[in-house]
Amino acid sequence: MSRSTGLRKVTVAMLGLSALATFLPCGCGKRETLVDIGDRTQEYRVGNSDEPSDLDPQTAIGEIEHYIMVSLFEGLVIGDPKDVSPKPGVAERWDISADGKTYTFHLRNNARWSNGEPVTARDFVESYHRMLTPSLGAQYSYMLYPVTNAETFNTGKITNFDEVGFKALNDLTLEVKLHSAAPYLLSMMIHDSWFPVPVSTIKKYGAIDDRSNPWTRPEHFVGNGPFTLKEWRMHSHILVERSSNYWDAANVRLNKIYFDPEESFDTQERMFRSGELHTVRQAPPSKVAFYLKYKPDLINDYPQATTEFYKFNVTRPPLNDKRVREALAMSIDRRAITETVSRAGELPAFCLTPPDMAGYTARAHVREDIPEARRLLAEAGYPDGKNFPRVELLYNTLQNHKAVAEALQQMWKINLNIDIILHNEEWKVYLDTMRRVDYAMARSAWGADYMDPSTFLDVFTTDSGNNETGWSNAEYDRLCAVAANTGDKAARYAAFQKAEAILMDEMPILPIFFYTRPRLLRPSVKGWYPNLLDQPNFKSIYLDPKAE
Amino acid sequence: MLRFIARRVLETIPVLFIIATVTFFMMRLAPGGPFDTDKQVSKEVRAHMEAHYGLDKPLFEQYLLQMKHLLQGDLGPSFKYPSRTVNEIIADAFPVSLELGVESLAVALVLGLLAGMIASFRQNSAWDHIPMALAMIGLCVPTFVMGPLLISAFALHLDWFDAAGWFLPRDRVLPALTLGAFYAAYVARLARGGLLEILNQDFIRTARAKGAGGARILLKHALRGGLLPVVSFLGPAAAGLLTGSFVVETIFGIPGLGRYFVTAAFNRDYFMVMGAVLFYAVFVIVFNLLADIALVWMNPRLRFE
Repeated sequence: MSRSTGLRKVTVAMLGLSALATFLPCGCGKRETLVDIGDRTQEYRVGNSDEPSDLDPQTAIGEIEHYIMVSLFEGLVIGDPKDVSPKPGVAERWDISADGKTYTFHLRNNARWSNGEPVTARDFVESYHRMLTPSLGAQYSYMLYPVTNAETFNTGKITNFDEVGFKALNDLTLEVKLHSAAPYLLSMMIHDSWFPVPVSTIKKYGAIDDRSNPWTRPEHFVGNGPFTLKEWRMHSHILVERSSNYWDAANVRLNKIYFDPEESFDTQERMFRSGELHTVRQAPPSKVAFYLKYKPDLINDYPQATTEFYKFNVTRPPLNDKRVREALAMSIDRRAITETVSRAGELPAFCLTPPDMAGYTARAHVREDIPEARRLLAEAGYPDGKNFPRVELLYNTLQNHKAVAEALQQMWKINLNIDIILHNEEWKVYLDTMRRVDYAMARSAWGADYMDPSTFLDVFTTDSGNNETGWSNAEYDRLCAVAANTGDKAARYAAFQKAEAILMDEMPILPIFFYTRPRLLRPSVKGWYPNLLDQPNFKSIYLDPKAE
Repeated sequence: MLRFIARRVLETIPVLFIIATVTFFMMRLAPGGPFDTDKQVSKEVRAHMEAHYGLDKPLFEQYLLQMKHLLQGDLGPSFKYPSRTVNEIIADAFPVSLELGVESLAVALVLGLLAGMIASFRQNSAWDHIPMALAMIGLCVPTFVMGPLLISAFALHLDWFDAAGWFLPRDRVLPALTLGAFYAAYVARLARGGLLEILNQDFIRTARAKGAGGARILLKHALRGGLLPVVSFLGPAAAGLLTGSFVVETIFGIPGLGRYFVTAAFNRDYFMVMGAVLFYAVFVIVFNLLADIALVWMNPRLRFE
């Protein structure tokens, strides 16, 4: 056998093998993708970027779960798709007493659970009873705390639920009494923690306060939203179908929604490109700039009510000195960070609360002023960075956090001549370190739970478990309390302005940027609107094959 | 032989016990817990969640309790997925990994053995160099590069496959190739090495002298002894393949077991970690045993030991 024929035979054998492997499927031309089929059949395919932990709105927390549950449940009020302002949901209207402490909700008489039973005021009372039952251990129970005695019941100080401010006056009238006027109550009520749950169904499959109750399985599931759960295969897909019992079913245009839980942004982006998904929550950070430049019709990069900032441990030298904190905050170039490092369209942040939070935009701003930063550092005893002690910057292990931290490290070296040491920890280790406030400077972020500045500013009150900086300011606490207990919007926002001014003066945190959500979206998706909370509205969405 | 097997099976009991104990205490020593999230929960809520899973008991009592449950075959609830038990999750995900594993193993064996046999039989020719060079590349290219490359070519450009998913028969092709290619490369090199050693021995020369043809020498005389290294490699390799691969499952969106090995630890999902570790340990032990049995059967010299 000559050498060349041998080679040829190898080549033929290899080709044969690869052909065997690859020609199994039909190789004939452009096939109709799942997105094409979905456009015809109104089946919306969503890349949801993680497996939901559960679909019980009272124990499942997180955006991933929220995004699915919005299709399965409906609260008394729902968020407007454009600005997330409260709009009628199960309640078709409501009255608020003159003192702002009593809300009376009038429920629709045609609201139904997916099993056909009517949704009544009693269902809401029973749901909130479950939500506040201490042994359920609902993480978001505090969302109900503006209600009279909700907190005392939830923490076990009282055991009679009749003392809590929820009352079903009749089948269709629900009265909610607050301990003080909370004008942001309706905004809070858009949150999952205010959704009704099918208490009678839950009881069928186990104890009412058992987190492991399997009532959320497709074969048991009952909801009251525009869609109902059909299939749930872990790490494969969740399929929801239009509910014929939903009161507004005639205005729901999608027939099905398919949620893909793959957590890799890259995998989801490839599925988007191959026509398997209509939308992907988040483009891979490395590809956002490419899409923005070359495929702007496929990406929507919208600001989110989420702030990236560094926390200072104000109990430890040298960061217990306000001048040092200010020097660090003043000597960085935020625009350079967003434009050259994070590069997903983020907006530089000079305060904690993102702009236009339900009409509130903070006036307080941290300045970027390098000479002033140098002067402050010298005044604190470190002229030209001399004798500046070892300070560690902690971040949770993630490529983007590392890149930002390195850029800031460099800026501080150049502008202040100080060396900051970088230190990363795996997520849960990092959370543990943060909880013990065992750090000097640490990367952090906060996202809004509802549309009101309090969702940000309350974080840094003395009693807040999320403060984690050791910072405490009596006047700040007082202003937040005033805002929480005042019905007058102007007075509240004035209090928030003052509180934020204190925060930006004292600098327990160093704001860096406001996040955006770079969502990938096919042109056939219509009736979808971006908003600050990335709140979906599956009721208004439909698919138009002609737009592709 | 039976005594050998019985002894090996009995040996697994202390091994599994030690693995379970070490896993338990290592997980508990790791900082952070299953209920740590970026939004802090109140002390009361945390206490109730811990009580629900028995985490409020003294550590040693928890250990005894978990051991007792393990003996009963109860792996406990998942922390991350509260309405599922670890048994359910494994029962759900394992068949997927098993299927992908069998397919990848088939790819690995067919490609690897063919290449190895050809290479060893035509040593130092193009028949040897080309497959071995390919095998070297296969070994060097990690699956997280191979997977996206195959997707890019066959799914995004040629449009023969979907980029990810596990629904249709054709969804199996790219993941099985990706996962199988790496093992095929290993198998090819091991098979070549093993066969070369045998082919240089006297009894092969005798067979040649007696006029036995190439195919007959390879298949009848050399193969059994030459594949010994492949078989000892396949024991642990098969255990790894059949219990799933985190990387390949993530790249191709496959609902298999492999991802839980990694994510359960990240989530501090204590019971899930324990379940996954023990499940994998049993597989490794069983497949090593099978490999040893096969080796004894294939290599008469081992039978005397």
